[in-house]
This record gives sequence, C-alpha cells and structure tokens, in this order.
Amino acid sequence: MLVVEAQDLVKRYNGVQAVRNLNLEIREGEIYGLLGPNGSGKTTTILILLGLTEPTAGEVQVCGRDPTRNPIAVKRLVGYLPENVGFYDDLTAQENLRLVARLNKISDRRSKDRIDEILEQVGLAEVARRAVRTFSRGMLQRLGIADVLTKDPSFVILDEPTAGIDPEGATQILDMIVGMRNKQGMTIMLASHLLHQVQRVCDRVGILHRGQLVAQGSLDELSAETAGEDQELEVRVAGIVPELISHLQFLEGVSEVESMGDRLRIRCREDVQGRIARAVMDVGAELLELRRRSYTLEDIYLRYFQG
Amino acid sequence: MNVVFWKELADHFGSKRFIIFFFLILIVAGASVYLAGQALRENPEGTGSFVFLKLFTSSSGGLPSFFSFIAFFGPLIGVLLGFDAVNREFNRGTVSRVLAQPIYRHSWINGKFLAGLAALGLALAGIILIIFGLGLFALGFAPDGGELSRMAAFFVIGLIYLGFWLSLGILFSIVFRQAASSALTSIALWLFFTLFLYMIAGLIADQVAPVRLDSAPEVWTHHEHIRDLILRFSPVALFEEATSAVLIPSYRGLGVAELLTQAQVPTNPLPLGQSFLIVWPQLVGLIALTSICFAISYIIFMRREIRST
Repeated sequence: MLVVEAQDLVKRYNGVQAVRNLNLEIREGEIYGLLGPNGSGKTTTILILLGLTEPTAGEVQVCGRDPTRNPIAVKRLVGYLPENVGFYDDLTAQENLRLVARLNKISDRRSKDRIDEILEQVGLAEVARRAVRTFSRGMLQRLGIADVLTKDPSFVILDEPTAGIDPEGATQILDMIVGMRNKQGMTIMLASHLLHQVQRVCDRVGILHRGQLVAQGSLDELSAETAGEDQELEVRVAGIVPELISHLQFLEGVSEVESMGDRLRIRCREDVQGRIARAVMDVGAELLELRRRSYTLEDIYLRYFQG
Repeated sequence: MNVVFWKELADHFGSKRFIIFFFLILIVAGASVYLAGQALRENPEGTGSFVFLKLFTSSSGGLPSFFSFIAFFGPLIGVLLGFDAVNREFNRGTVSRVLAQPIYRHSWINGKFLAGLAALGLALAGIILIIFGLGLFALGFAPDGGELSRMAAFFVIGLIYLGFWLSLGILFSIVFRQAASSALTSIALWLFFTLFLYMIAGLIADQVAPVRLDSAPEVWTHHEHIRDLILRFSPVALFEEATSAVLIPSYRGLGVAELLTQAQVPTNPLPLGQSFLIVWPQLVGLIALTSICFAISYIIFMRREIRST
C-alpha cells in the first residue's frame, strides 16, 4: 500500500517554482529519504503533504486522504517533526507532551502513562519534570521525536532530524528512527542533506533538485544507475611495473587503467576480475587487494548535481 | 480551541508582565478612587444622587478619575497581552509543531484572542470589584441597583475597549516578525490616540472653523463638531464618551450644543437605556474597530506560510 502518492505537484511562490512536477511514492513500512541541498523544495513538499500549504497544481494522497481538502484527517495520522523544532520553554517536557496529547484529543488520563513511556523510550525520563528551557539541542531533538510519537502516528515526517547534533546524538536519533519502523511499524520519511546518515537508515531515497525528483530508488538501484554499464575496479599490487599496466590495458573488456601510487583504478565493460588477477600473477607481481568500487550516496548525489 | 484557550490563559496569569501591570493599575486606580472618596466625604452636600458612581468619575487631588485611568492605561495592558502572541511562536519554532496537530488554524488564533480577552476581563472585573470594596469602606453605604447595573455596563464597555487593544496587539504580532517592532508600533499607536490625536483634532478644527472668545455660538458649535468628528476615529475618545454616558447619569453628550441646552434643561438623571441610546454610535464604533482589527489579523494569519525558519 502507498502511504504517500503525489502526482505532478507544483508549488509556485510569486512566480518562483519551489516544487516542479513532483511525483512521489512512499510505501507502507519503509524509511524513505528525501535528499536535496538547501532550497531544493524539501520543506515545501513536506508542508504540502501535511496540508499546511496548498499546492498550486497536482494531486496528493497521504494515508488515503487528501491533505489539501481534509488536512485535519491527515494531521491526525501523520506526525511531523519540523526543522528547528521549538517547545514552550517555560513548561516541562512532560507538560509540553501533555499539551500535544490534548491537542490530539487524548485525555490526560490516557496520555499520562503513554507520555512516561515515550520519554523513557527517547531517554528523557529523568528530565521529564524539568523546564525545557534547560535542555540541550540534542535533548530538544529527542523531545521532538517524543512529541511526534505522542499521537501514535502511522506515518512520520522528520525534517532534518539530525542537523546540528553531535555524532553520538545523531546516532541515537537514527537508532530511534529505525526502532520506530521495526517495533511500531511506522512509515517514515526523512528529509535531510546529511547523506551518510540517510544512507545508514533509509530503504529508498529520492533526490530532489530544484523542486524536481531527479532520482528515486533503493541505494543499490541508484548505485547501479550511477555506474552505468561501466564498472570500476580497484587493485592494490605490491611492486607495480609499467609492464603490468600495459599488459592490463590490452586485456579483453578493460577500457582504461589509471595508476595511483600502489593502486590501479581500472574501468571495464564487463566483469574481468579473474583475468586481472591472472594478469598480475603473470608478470610476477603480488596481488594485495582487488575490489569493485561501490558508489556511496555521495557519489550518486554529486553526479546529479554536477551533471 | 479549548486546549489553546486554557493554555494561553494559564500563560497570561503566570506571566510576570501581566501581574506587574495588574498591580500597577490597581494601585493607581485605587489611589484615585481613595482621593475621590475623601473629597466626597468632606463635601457631601454637592453630591446629589449616584454617589457611588462619582467614585469612578470624579477626580481630585491632582489625580485623574478612575475611568480616565482605564482609558489611558487600559491600552497598555491590552497590547501587552497581544503584541507577541503570534510572532513569539514563530520565533521559537513552536508554530509548525502545534499546527501539525489536528486543529484548525482559526481555532488557534481564536483561542489566543479569547484567552487574552478572558484574562483582561478577569483583571478588569478584579480591579472594579476591589475599587467597589474600597468604595464601600470609604463611603459607608452600598450602591443601589441602578448604580450596580451602570457599573456592569462600564465593565462591558471597558472589556470591548481593552479587546480592541488586544486585537491590535495580535494584529501587529502577526504583521511583524520581531516582538520588539510589534511592541513599539503598538505603543506608537497608543500615544497617537491618547495624546496626539487630541492636539491634531484641535488644530484642524481651529483651521477649518477659527473661533474667538466672542464668536457666535454657531461657530463654536461648528468648531466643536469638527473636533469631535476627528476625535471619534480614536477608540480612546469613543471609550471616554461611552463611559461618561454610562457612569454619569445626567450626561447628555459632549458637544457644545448639548452644553448650551443643558443650561436651560434640568439635568435629571437618565435611565440606563436612555444613556445607552446617547452613546450607541460610540459603542458600535468600538465594537467595529475591535472586529476590524481582529478580522485583518485573522485573514493575514490564515494566508501566512507556516515555516519554522
């Protein structure tokens, strides 16, 4: 089942197109990463999904409901953690969450245990009764996660949940996000520009560039797409001799050999790992390492923004 | 809306500035009523009927009367509750979090306005009741039904008046991103209405219909008419006229025409209904100003983009 289904979304602000013909599909139970540099339309897309802003054109369905026509029904099911989330800083963590519960029409009696449980889950149980004003950035972000969980949503949208947080805090938050999907079965959409973090947790990613989705798919799919038909191998050899390079260059399937210190980078049209290994032995050199170069999200990302 | 209302109300009563202003007005108003009461006790002959109401309207010992204090300071407390109502939430980043909850946008802004109004109402009622008690103590007798109903009417008019300033504050809190600019603009407007407009009205009236001491009554009437016309754009003037009529039963109106005829007509107190008739236009004007202010804030807010950054 599709949790989000957007077709040809357009959002124009005074003539500037923030979102252009966006097509987006998010499946139930997945962690979807929406990637893009600042100003690429991530937040605008999120606001449209929540019904906080109206699209200029296009159709959206979130959890089977139309956020433009029925924002309340969507907001009942969708949890949203905005970028730079803020709390009422003279209230305690507990009181802030209770307020959210009340806004969701959850009675204090029912929300009480749930709030304690959630604060425990995000590791804020000890400071539950402290004014939020005293919280650090990382604690605020965790409280933001707790805030989203309070209404027990089926779909969660997180906007830059790890921005401005130290690596340890970021790891904790990413673990929480994975836990939310695995234990509570939530579908999660993560908007971020921090690639390695997205790479760690997301099942599928979509890359947004100037309001358009330029690529979408799992990391493997995108990686294969980036590599195209060519493959790149990295070979580490003890004692590289010019003879070896020229030998490799004439191997069947190899299109280019590049020498970088004790490494060789070989571009090839088919899988030639076996042939290369033999060629190295033939010239009497010692093969230390032979691996296919895999593409990180960063490579994929850069490809779209450079080309 | 309920949830927003109670949260905002709790915030108001917990906020230091509200408490400070409440006591400031209470002390000043108390002093003015106390002095008025003393003057009344020393000179009981000239008082006539509705003695209790005189506590609110007579000035003595250099202090202005209670209701002119409300006319002057009321705006400050109204603006105080409103000027950062919305931009504070934007600056703190709470607005997108709250509006992502299943509530309508208008119930959020309505809740804020009503909570402010309720806080003002409770404060005003508190001040009036304390003054009332002080009056009982100072004068030694209780007000009659007529006086009570006129005080209730005063409360309602006062609340509408404070509501205007509250909605003005909220309007500026939506228009301006910075709480400081919103506060300064509100205060500028307050000074304009309480001080400058009176001067400007006088100046314009002098220009349009110049008068000398020996001018004919018609010229004087024309002069005053123009002055009133300009003044009635100000909620402060509207409030002063409306409360004068309600608190001074023999009040027939402000203009020179009324003053001139008053010399010939016996100034018997009017029934409350008749007093209301005199100031009905002023009351409607006050309510209209409040509604317009709130409607503008409402429209701007409904169209405002909700972003935390």
